[in-house]
Amino acid sequence: MTPPAHGEPSLPPVFKRRAGETMAQIPKEEYILETTSACPGCSSSLSLRYILKAAGPDTVLVIPASCSSVIQGMYPNTAVNVPVYNIAFAAAASCASGMVAGLRRAGRETKVIVYAGDGGTVDIGLQALSGALERETDFLYICFDNEAYGNTGMQRSGSTPLGALTTTTPLGKIHPKKEIDRIVEAHHPPYQATAISAFPLDLFQKVEKALTFRGPSFIHLLAPCPTGWRFPHGKTIEVGRMAVKTAAWVLWERGQGRLSVSAPSKGPLKRPVPLQDYLGMQGRFKGLDPALLSRLQQGIGTNREAILAEAERP
Amino acid sequence: MKEIVTANYAIAEAVKQAVPGVIAAYPITPQTEIVERIAQYVARGELACDYIPVESEHSAMAACIGASAAGVRTFTATSSQGLLYMHEMLHWAAGARLPVVMANVNRAVGPPWNVWADHTDALSQRDTGWLQVYVATAQEAYDTTLMAFRIAEDKEVLLPVMVNLDGFLLSHTMQDLETVEPGSFIPPLHLPHAIDPAHPAAYAPLTGPKDYYRFRWEMEKSMRAARRVITRVEKDFAGRFGRRYGVTEEYRCEDADILVVAMGTLAREAEVAVDRLRAEGTRAGVMRLRWFRPFPTLDLTGREVVVIDRDYSFGFGGVLARSLCSAARIEPFSVIAGLGGQEVTYEDIASFVRERRPGEEYWFGVKGDV
Ligand SMILES: Cc1ncc(C[n+]2csc(CCOP(=O)(O)OP(=O)(O)O)c2C)c(N)n1
Ligand code: SF4
Ligand SMILES: [Mg+2]
Repeated sequence: MTPPAHGEPSLPPVFKRRAGETMAQIPKEEYILETTSACPGCSSSLSLRYILKAAGPDTVLVIPASCSSVIQGMYPNTAVNVPVYNIAFAAAASCASGMVAGLRRAGRETKVIVYAGDGGTVDIGLQALSGALERETDFLYICFDNEAYGNTGMQRSGSTPLGALTTTTPLGKIHPKKEIDRIVEAHHPPYQATAISAFPLDLFQKVEKALTFRGPSFIHLLAPCPTGWRFPHGKTIEVGRMAVKTAAWVLWERGQGRLSVSAPSKGPLKRPVPLQDYLGMQGRFKGLDPALLSRLQQGIGTNREAILAEAERP
Repeated sequence: MKEIVTANYAIAEAVKQAVPGVIAAYPITPQTEIVERIAQYVARGELACDYIPVESEHSAMAACIGASAAGVRTFTATSSQGLLYMHEMLHWAAGARLPVVMANVNRAVGPPWNVWADHTDALSQRDTGWLQVYVATAQEAYDTTLMAFRIAEDKEVLLPVMVNLDGFLLSHTMQDLETVEPGSFIPPLHLPHAIDPAHPAAYAPLTGPKDYYRFRWEMEKSMRAARRVITRVEKDFAGRFGRRYGVTEEYRCEDADILVVAMGTLAREAEVAVDRLRAEGTRAGVMRLRWFRPFPTLDLTGREVVVIDRDYSFGFGGVLARSLCSAARIEPFSVIAGLGGQEVTYEDIASFVRERRPGEEYWFGVKGDV
C-alpha cells in the first residue's frame, strides 16, 4: 500500500465536539473568511459557514463549476480555510468517490463534502451523483440550489421552478422543477435532508448528523439568490423564512427509512401562509401567467401532502 | 517468471506489481480483459487496492483525479470512445499535475462502429498534457507500464502517462512475458501537493490572465524534463532487468538510406518488410517511435522517410507524418494505412517503400482519387 504523503494533521479540539443544541453552542471557529467574492446577500457564504463549523477542519470541499468556484476567491487567495478541490462541472461526485477511496487507503478519516450547484447536481452531474450513491461512497453531498445556473448568469436549470423567469426562460419556465430528492431517495442513502440558510441551527445540526453516517448522505439546500431571484440583497433571510412559511420549501430529514419534519416546517406544513407572499417578494415570478401559477401551486401542494403523508406513516 | 500471455494480461500483471491504491475503470472492448483481471486480483486479495466500478469513463478519470490528489497511486484503462469520453478529465488530470497511469488500447473511433486497431483515439488527445508511449509487444507493454508509474511520479514530471497498445493485434495476441520483481524500482509515491487538511489550500481555483500561463509553462517545463527522466528510468530498468527500449526503437537503421517510421505493431511488421527490401538490394530500416509525447528530437537528415499513420487528422494529414514534417523538417512519403484494423501485410509495407513518392500522401486501398 502507498503510505500517506504526510503525517496526520493535528486537529483543534473543536473537531471532537458534539452538536450544539442552541446557536450559542455552535463552534466559534470560522472556516469561511470574510472575503468571499459572492454577490451581496448571497446565501452561500452563510451556508458554507455553518456547514464547515459542523464539519470541522479535517474536511475537504469538492466544488464543481458553479457560483462557489467564484465565491471562494481568486488565486493566490482563498476565503476557505479547509482544502478546496475544484473540479470540472460534471465530475464532483465521481472525483469525491476517488478522493474518499484514496484518503481511506492512506489511513485518513478526512471528511469529503461535495458542495455543488443545482445544475452540477440535477443536470450535468446527475450521472456521477447516481453512481456515487449507488456505490455507497462515504461522503456528504450538498446541493446548493439557487434554482438556476448562477455562475453563467442565471439560465434555467432542471431545478428552476415552474414559471420562474431566467435568461433562457424569458416567458417563465414551462417545465416543473426536477424532483432531485425523489431521485436521490431511490438510491436509499442512509441520511437525506433539506435545509436553508435562514435556519442555520437546523442546517448545522443536519450537517453534523449527516457526517456521523458511513456511506453517502445528501442535503438539499435551498439557496435564496438575490441576484437571480431578483430581490433586495438585504432580504435573503426573509425570503428564506417565507419559503418555509409558505411550505414552498419544507425542511425534513430522512434516516433509516423514516422521514421527520424539522421544527421550522412543522407549523407551515399544516397551515402554510399563501404562496403569493413568497412569490411576490421575487422579481423572477413577476407577471407570472395564471395557468403556470396554478400548476406551480398544485405542485407545491402535492409535495407538501406527500411529505405529510410520509411523516405520519406509522 | 516466464509465461505466454496477451498484452492485456501483461498490463494487468504490471499494475498488480505496481500496487496502486485506487483503480477506477469502465469496461470497453478491447480493454475489458485488463479491468476484469484487476477486479479479480482485488477480489481475491492479491492486490490491496480499492477498485471503483464507476458508471462512465468521465467518472473513471475524475475518480482517479480525486484519489491521486489524496496522494495515492492510481491506474485506469480504456479505449476509443471511452478515451474520448474522458477528454475533459484528461486535461484536468494533467493540469492538476497528477501522476495517473492509464493503459489505452488503441481502437477506431465511431461512426461507423469498429473495434479494431487505430491510433486516432489517442492521437486526438495529444494536447491534453499527458505523456504518450506506444508499445509493440506484450513484454514491452508490461515493462513500459512499470516504467510509466516511475516516470509519472518522478518529482520532475508529475504528469499523467498513457500507455498505448494496438487493439486485438496486441491486446489479444499471446506472446512471451517474463515478469520481474520491481522492488525498489518503483518507490512509494510522494505527491508534494497531496490534499492535507493541516495545510488547507485551494486547488485549481479561479486564476487570472496574470497567473494562468505560469501553470501552463510549468507543465511544459515538466514535459521537457520528462525526456531526461524517461532516459534515466529506462537506463535504470535496463540495469536491473536487462531490457532496453529507447525513445525510438531502431531496426537496421545504421546504414539505411530509407527509413520506415511508424508506431505500434505496424512498425514491427515493417521489420519483415525491411528484410525483404534489403534482400532486393534496397537499404531500408525501421524507426519505431515509442514516445509521442514528449515528442523526441530526431535527426533524419540525408534519408528518405516513409511514414505510416494508423490515424488521420481530417483536413491536414497523418498525425505522425505531419509531426515529423515540423519536428524533423522532412518531406516524407505519407502512407495512411491500417485504419480501423485494415489489414496491412509486410509485403504491403515493402511496396509502400518501393513505390514511394516523397512529399505525397497515399491512402492504402483507395484507388485513383488521392
Ligand atoms: C462542461 C461544462 N459545461 C458548461 C460549463 C459552464 N458553466 C459553469 S458553471 C455553470 C452553471 C452552474 O450552475 P449550478 O450548478 O446551478 O451552480 P451555480 O452557479 O448556480 O451555483 C455552467 C453552465 C462548464 N464549466 N463546464
Ligand atoms: S448569483 Fe446568487 S448564488 Fe451566485 S453568488 Fe450571486 S447571489 Fe450567490
Ligand atoms: Mg445554481
